[in-house]
Amino acid sequence: MTATQLQRTSTQPTTMSTLLTFRIMLVREVRVIRREFVSFVLRTIMQPFFFVFVFAYVLPSMAAGEGGAMFVGAGDGPSYSTVLVPGLLASSMLFGGFMAVSMPLIMELSDNNEIEDRVLAPLPVWAVGLEKIVAGALQGLLAAVVVFPALYLVHAEGAAPAIDVANWPLLIVVLLSVSLLASALGLLLGTVIDARKISTIFGVIVVPVTMLGCVYYPWSALETIPWLQVLVLFNPMVYASEGLRATLTSGVGHMDTWAYLLFLVAGTGALTWLAVRSFTRRVRR
Amino acid sequence: MSDPAIAAQELCKTYAGSTGPVEAVAGVDLTVEAGEFLGLLGPNGAGKSTTIGMLTTLVVPTAGRAQVCGVDVVRQPVEVKRRIGMASQTNTLDRQLTVFENLEFRARYFGMGAGAARRRATELIELLELGDRKDAKVHELSGGQTKRVVIARALAHRPDVLFLDEPTAGIDPQTRHNLWDTLRTLHTEGQTILLTTHDMAEAETLCGRVAIIDHGSILACDEVERLKTGTGAESIVTVTYDGDPAPACATARDLPHVSRVEATEERVRVFTAEADGILGQLATAGAEHGLAIRDASTMRPSLETVFLTMTGREYRE
Ligand SMILES: Nc1ncnc2c1ncn2[C@@H]1O[C@H](COP(=O)(O)OP(=O)(O)O)[C@@H](O)[C@H]1O
Ligand SMILES: [Mg+2]
Repeated sequence: MTATQLQRTSTQPTTMSTLLTFRIMLVREVRVIRREFVSFVLRTIMQPFFFVFVFAYVLPSMAAGEGGAMFVGAGDGPSYSTVLVPGLLASSMLFGGFMAVSMPLIMELSDNNEIEDRVLAPLPVWAVGLEKIVAGALQGLLAAVVVFPALYLVHAEGAAPAIDVANWPLLIVVLLSVSLLASALGLLLGTVIDARKISTIFGVIVVPVTMLGCVYYPWSALETIPWLQVLVLFNPMVYASEGLRATLTSGVGHMDTWAYLLFLVAGTGALTWLAVRSFTRRVRR
Repeated sequence: MSDPAIAAQELCKTYAGSTGPVEAVAGVDLTVEAGEFLGLLGPNGAGKSTTIGMLTTLVVPTAGRAQVCGVDVVRQPVEVKRRIGMASQTNTLDRQLTVFENLEFRARYFGMGAGAARRRATELIELLELGDRKDAKVHELSGGQTKRVVIARALAHRPDVLFLDEPTAGIDPQTRHNLWDTLRTLHTEGQTILLTTHDMAEAETLCGRVAIIDHGSILACDEVERLKTGTGAESIVTVTYDGDPAPACATARDLPHVSRVEATEERVRVFTAEADGILGQLATAGAEHGLAIRDASTMRPSLETVFLTMTGREYRE
């Protein structure tokens, strides 16, 4: 230790070394994700799997039997599973990315100030915030990869979801911005929520955001309830669901491209800025 | 002449605080040369952590300036972070990683390659005798082990200046002595260290110079011996009577070498450069006015008396 003690780490140009440190922080996240992969998969897949199981398989199968008509109206429109695929994919991504950032962050910002471990690394504090957003977005995308097969495969006979991607680049833009939106929201709320109140706050948020997020029905179908159709526009989940509905299952009526795209791209940009700023202020006392 | 390791001018921090502004640091001036081992000694709430926080870029000063190795902490925080290692008072270890990984990743954040980082982590595990806890999760560590890992992590990138915020607070005497040995070794090898502590013995044992801080201001900063013999460093004779000590006070004030006399309801405290004989004089003076002594003590010059002389209050914790 004597000899090495005096030897200094070489000083690299600042931008390069910021990028390097940023990358190593992502390596750290990957290591943590890999270690907790099984629990991540189980956590992510439960809700969407059982939802499609009951609503895309059990109920339609009952409908085929006696007295089943009370569950499902017959019709020539898209199967209900076609409606569910983008909705449940969006909610898995949104909550996956959101939780991936907010839960650890709330712990890191609580009494022990564990965030110091990352903040003392040689990069600007805003870059630490940005790294958290990128890492959360990766987990949002991972949630999509985990959930999609279940959504695609679980359905009643003859009621497969009609997946039809007309515009791959647009789909990729939507997937990326939904996952970034989710983790930026996670960073923003993670910096303002008090550790002692998380379970209450999440408990209160999750149900209305999902129920009124056009997860289980397309936004266009709300035209029969105009006040609700306007009200849900305050819910970011709506744009995530509709964006995926438009790009993944074009057979179902959906919001105009410009509308969801504007919100997803501009909203993600604005939220990222706000979240990083809030993080920086919270961390540097 | 190279830049000092640490320099601060009129450094201030006022927190917003939920019940109004809190002036945690009120104008600190400090210079620490490379290779020094400086102790920042003060009771709880004195402003030690806030001062060290500003020097390590974690706390934004409200006024004043500070530089580490000549680099401004506000204008170039990233450059400062490259030069410093910080062991915080709380357990700031990465709870999602093991002990070894905490060290490994800290080294990698600072640009070491994967292999070099692992070798460095192994070195530090040995240095701080953490071999058997290498693969432990952070929450499985004892208090003393946590402190050692936090220090090891601060050393990972071989910083120019090492900051230690109460590194031995709340750990058992055995571990504390081992840690003292380690810190001494580091210092002997040339490591510049700024350590905060509320433990006078610790400051006295380890540090070449000690800065005494209270209410956000540095009251004195010098070598321990010089603090003890310098102006204001005196013995303190305290006598508790069974009644109003005013007559004894009057006597004490007229004695030679006495610089100051403080009295409370029943107690007299005499600050003096020459303590011998004072107790007898106070006993006689009391007896003449029918006062009996309940309790008496003499404190020889120490950091404790320096603190008491400068602040007029007992050093707590
Ligand atoms: N984040 C904060 N917000 C408000 N007040 C604070 C904060 N941190 C510390 N203080 C206050 O500032 C003063 C100095 O605190 P600190 O620097 O932690 O002292 P020390 O480390 O010497 O115990 C104390 O009165 C403390 O209550
Ligand atoms: Mg402190």
